[in-house]
Amino acid sequence: MQPTRSIVIRRFLLACACGLAPIASWANDIAQFKVAKGSVYLERSGQRLSARVGTHLQAKDIVVTGADGSAGIAFVDNSLLSIGPNSVLAIERYAFNSTTHEGAFESSLRKGTLSVVSGKIAKQSPDAMKVKTPSSILGVRGTEFLVHFGD
Amino acid sequence: MHRHYAALIAALVLGGCATPSQDLVVLLPDKEGKVGTVVVQGQKGKTVLNTAYASARTTSEGGVQRGTATQSEVKDVFGSALAAQPPRPISFTLYFESGSDEFTEQSKQEVKRLLAEMARRQAPDITVIGHTDQVGPDPSNDALSLQRAERVKSILAGMGIPAERILTAGRGRREPLIPAADGVSEPRNRRVEISVR
Repeated sequence: MQPTRSIVIRRFLLACACGLAPIASWANDIAQFKVAKGSVYLERSGQRLSARVGTHLQAKDIVVTGADGSAGIAFVDNSLLSIGPNSVLAIERYAFNSTTHEGAFESSLRKGTLSVVSGKIAKQSPDAMKVKTPSSILGVRGTEFLVHFGD
Repeated sequence: MHRHYAALIAALVLGGCATPSQDLVVLLPDKEGKVGTVVVQGQKGKTVLNTAYASARTTSEGGVQRGTATQSEVKDVFGSALAAQPPRPISFTLYFESGSDEFTEQSKQEVKRLLAEMARRQAPDITVIGHTDQVGPDPSNDALSLQRAERVKSILAGMGIPAERILTAGRGRREPLIPAADGVSEPRNRRVEISVR
């Protein structure tokens, strides 16, 4: 396992050093919108981007829905997250090694409603997936659950 | 104004028995009826949810209160979020004729089912995952399984699936379909799995 990881890291560093495109496509490959109804947008580096079915997500993105909005997102480890109206969901950290299934997935529901079906990251390492709200931290050992925060 | 009064009355009523809470966590059974585990950690307490519809609310003191949610409560609060869930990922498994680049006859049919499934989905993307048997060490199996996945990616791209919608992964010998001892060559473990999202 160690040699593999070091090869991956070496490749990653090499790609960084050369400033190659794979980094961008990696970052884009963490998840995609599969459902986007009503008003749904992304906040990325302080910018507001509209979100549609097929839009890619990156780690650090914040997903926001309006009063008529809802959205469903599929991650590359097959985790599924969906949010209802008036919701704010921040993807704080996402890392997934598709060979070992090790990774880390931390998201934060700042308000609204969230439905989660956990994927390969949580299955491989019981403490690798966490969902936060302003008043609690959920450690996810699988598989399906709901979170509400707010009025 | 009506809503404000309603909220005030609710707060007064609740104030007598329990602290009103801002968050609610509910554990659901999965499609097969199995239930997982979620640990809810508040500032001062925690609870473990591991039964269907078990719920947790944090209190204003930072504790966590355990309860059970009703199905109608789930529908009322979470109906829209649940309705927005993406379809569940589906897996297809493909095999090659031994020592060749050709899919087996059965796998050619499986490829047709894969394409039909992709046509049914909105903005589908797939991960092509290579698996090996239990012969040889991890590093060489990792490389071999990734090679197989890359080969299948190029075949699928040739069939019209956009390459940017295809990820590849090499899982090596970590996930045998048929449990086998170290060193056992089991053809059913030398396979490529395609996960459709």
